[in-house]
Amino acid sequence: MEKMLVYPYDKEKLKELKAGDSVLISGTVYTARDAAHKRIVEMIENGEKPPFEIEGSIIYYVGPTPAKPGKAIGSAGPTTSYRMDSYAPLLLDLGQAAMIGKGQRSEEVKAAAVRNGAVYLAAIGGAAALIAKSVRSAEVIAFEDLGAEAVRKLEVENFPAVVVIDAYGNDYYESGRLQYKNGNK
Amino acid sequence: MREISVKKITEAVAEMSVNANSFLGEDVCERITECRKKEDWPAAAEILSKIEENIRIAREDLVPLCQDTGMACVFIEIGQDVHVVGGSIEEAVNEGVRKGYTEGYLRKSIVKDPIRRGNTGDNTPAHIHYEIVPGDRLKIVLAPKGFGSENMSRIKMFAPAAGENGVKDFIVNCVEEAGANPCPPVVVGVGIGGTFDRAALMAKQALLRPMKDSNPDPYYAEMENELLERINSLGIGPQGFGGRTTALAVKIQTYPTHIAGMPVAVNINCHVSRHREVIL
Repeated sequence: MEKMLVYPYDKEKLKELKAGDSVLISGTVYTARDAAHKRIVEMIENGEKPPFEIEGSIIYYVGPTPAKPGKAIGSAGPTTSYRMDSYAPLLLDLGQAAMIGKGQRSEEVKAAAVRNGAVYLAAIGGAAALIAKSVRSAEVIAFEDLGAEAVRKLEVENFPAVVVIDAYGNDYYESGRLQYKNGNK
Repeated sequence: MREISVKKITEAVAEMSVNANSFLGEDVCERITECRKKEDWPAAAEILSKIEENIRIAREDLVPLCQDTGMACVFIEIGQDVHVVGGSIEEAVNEGVRKGYTEGYLRKSIVKDPIRRGNTGDNTPAHIHYEIVPGDRLKIVLAPKGFGSENMSRIKMFAPAAGENGVKDFIVNCVEEAGANPCPPVVVGVGIGGTFDRAALMAKQALLRPMKDSNPDPYYAEMENELLERINSLGIGPQGFGGRTTALAVKIQTYPTHIAGMPVAVNINCHVSRHREVIL
């Protein structure tokens, strides 16, 4: 049974999520991947205001395909998260609520999630056409020159994800594999 | 000398760019379904059925299976009795990629410089490999390659003393270290032998083989089966959440090599293992 995660994403709600839980997200989600993270972190380090409020935000690591006419967005599955590992701790320390991507994270990111009560969620990599169906609207709000890598404000409804790293530091990539191996002995 | 116009090449590449990204090969679809039925972990079977649903949506709505519509890897076999007319073959291919990726609403993922970056805006240039073969036909294979899996690929120049076990352990470790990153279940392409560059090329070309076929050499066919079994005993599973289905297939290509060497390259592909081909 899925747990619902509805905007605003306050930290109390995130405490309820456990590694391995399926969640359905509804509300505002911002997109940013490699190039956008680099710029956002540079802006923060230079004392400038980032393109959206980091505190309480969910950042989805995605570079969607262009939307066909009449569609909110093109295909929009997660990109591999470790490439954002060097940027993520700073954003988590500024209060970012959750990250959505796929693949393993560094110990630094895990520690930053725990110390800030944030979570790391995974969407199904390669299921981009399916995931796009939960995106109601998409609007480029910054770095339009980056094309697919521009920052978009998405409104999502029942966006499917799985909790990989919870606010207590449990990692579903480790526990899920272990549970499977123990269950199949 | 048979003449083939570059316009034909451009049209074929444009069409394959769009189709490869929306229609997954039947052999891959069938393999995913087989794996779901054999999967002994319900959570893993659930992920595989969502992957099957994604395949259906992409086909019905004509939208890309994955948002990473890849770098266009183009393999061209030119018959030695073919004369390409009307312009440059390389420009014709890139024009096809430009047209397909722009008109087909595909993502533009190519930067013009590896360090200084800067998106080229039309997904060009393609990575093109040419081979001259007998005959008067021109075969083009287009494989859009996503970089989530490409980044998890490895190459190692082994000493011959490492032997069969050294090679096998390296391949299995490569998949284990990649874990959830390349979107398992993956297809594992392996190139053994040749030179540094030849091994990598063979690993990528191995990914183009149909799911069902085996290496014609029984020794390597057996190794493909053994490696698939070992990889599917790792427990990584679909998306890395645990399960049997970590890989859909292992494909090995080999070539003679030097007395001092034993290069091994592993090129990983995600479950969206896409390619299209045309013979002109």
